[in-house]
Amino acid sequence: MDTMRERFASVVSRLLDDDPRLAVVLAEIGKDGFMDAARAHPDRVINVGIREQLLVGVGGGLALTGMRPILHTFASFLVERPFEQVKLDFGHQGVGGVLVSAAGSYDWPAGGYTHMAPGDVALLDTLDGWTVHVPGHPDEAETLLRDATAAGDDSVYVRLSAHSNSAPRDIVPGRFLTVREGRGGVVIAVGPMLDSVLTAVEGLDVTVLYATTVRPFDERALRATAGAAAGAGAAVDVVLVEPYLAGTSTAAVNDALADRPHRVLGLGIPRRELRRYGTIDEHLAGQGLDPASLRERISGFLG
Amino acid sequence: MTFTDVHTAQGYDDLPRLMSLMTGDEKHGPAATSTLDAVWVLYDRVLRVSPEAVDAPDRDRFLLSKGHGPMAYYAVLAAKGFLPESLLPGFGAYESPLGHHPDRVLVPGAEISSGSLGHGLPLAVGSALGLRAQGLSGAAVWVLVGDAELDEGSNHEAIAYAGAVGLERLHTVVVDNASATHGRPGGIAARFEAAGWSTATVDGRDHQALYEAYTAPHPGRPHAVVARVEAKV
Repeated sequence: MDTMRERFASVVSRLLDDDPRLAVVLAEIGKDGFMDAARAHPDRVINVGIREQLLVGVGGGLALTGMRPILHTFASFLVERPFEQVKLDFGHQGVGGVLVSAAGSYDWPAGGYTHMAPGDVALLDTLDGWTVHVPGHPDEAETLLRDATAAGDDSVYVRLSAHSNSAPRDIVPGRFLTVREGRGGVVIAVGPMLDSVLTAVEGLDVTVLYATTVRPFDERALRATAGAAAGAGAAVDVVLVEPYLAGTSTAAVNDALADRPHRVLGLGIPRRELRRYGTIDEHLAGQGLDPASLRERISGFLG
Repeated sequence: MTFTDVHTAQGYDDLPRLMSLMTGDEKHGPAATSTLDAVWVLYDRVLRVSPEAVDAPDRDRFLLSKGHGPMAYYAVLAAKGFLPESLLPGFGAYESPLGHHPDRVLVPGAEISSGSLGHGLPLAVGSALGLRAQGLSGAAVWVLVGDAELDEGSNHEAIAYAGAVGLERLHTVVVDNASATHGRPGGIAARFEAAGWSTATVDGRDHQALYEAYTAPHPGRPHAVVARVEAKV
């Protein structure tokens, strides 16, 4: 099986052949995957060098001429470093584009905090109208990338990760998927957290929703599930397990359940720096996101 | 947004009156007038764009990156019929589309929303790339920046890249009113030249000199025109 980033390069290279509106903008990172596409479409595969502010500005400029830009680099350099460019060169100009990140919160623990961006989705939450996809498998990444490139002039963020679930799910972009049903609360597993969540809740009477699109948040699915899990009018407990900053989607859950009693626990990457290297699995355990830690935290909350 | 009461084209002599509708003053400050002649000569003699062609795919683009003090820009757009003179007195008001920084979504003929420094040149690079990728090779992209705005690192990313790839349809006008605190060793044009651009430095009040600098051939290279005006005090 290829990685999500490899799938990104192969799928988008083929899409470039079919859709003359698409252009890929890179800042060195990821260029090897687009070498053939760059030869076939030299004007639509653009590598600006190690210039991330320019990367985003060029994307906005391409969109101003009617094209659909696809921008790719590590999340730290795509969303955090040039954040004002994301805010002004897309939203304020009234144009859209597709931002595709890699590395995320913990893909390269040995690389340390400089290459971690657990705050990316929370940052995009300060802006209007961004769709955010968090695939949990390369097949899902392909589905979501195809959806993102075909989404008119929408602004879309696709968060690719080296962390993957063992098998793809039959996802629909924009919709949560009910993976299992129970009556003792709702656990929302985002993207690559699904396998660990399912292991963690084994034997617990809970519903598990799988989210690969987190913005817009599928309020309808949560409300329907909460009603079934707790009974109409009864208080409902919701646990979020996100592969980025803990609590990023807590407000979305509160908004979805504003008219009914509920409690929310937001699990994810803490704000404090772990200052540890190692592997993804070691890092997740250090952040309290391995199956054993998740079970303790989820069952403790649900009582 | 379109308007039905737009006047037909007016001349350079009308600009002081149009600006006074916004400033309430016949004598305008340096921030208001530093760009006046540079913008006027572009719209009057160089750019292939008109109120009827604001959405034409192959039109020339003018991106005002120096979004501060846009009165001269609005006056030129009004004189050229992009927006009605009647909007000018509302400058900065809640109901007016004309803000102290321009918003492309509100202002007919404005190609970008600007105000935060250092965005226009990267957007212009992307626009030039986008036009080239669509085969619209006749369209020129112009972006106006201030000399102090060049301090922003994003502009240096854009200058270096555009020069390296020979982005021929990209043009930058630097209005130099000596407002940068630390300046640039060797002058502004030297910075562009070092990156492989064609350059010209002229008196920013001399219309013929501006025109000649704007239209100088620059095969295979982007072109920068430094328009010197009186120093900001």
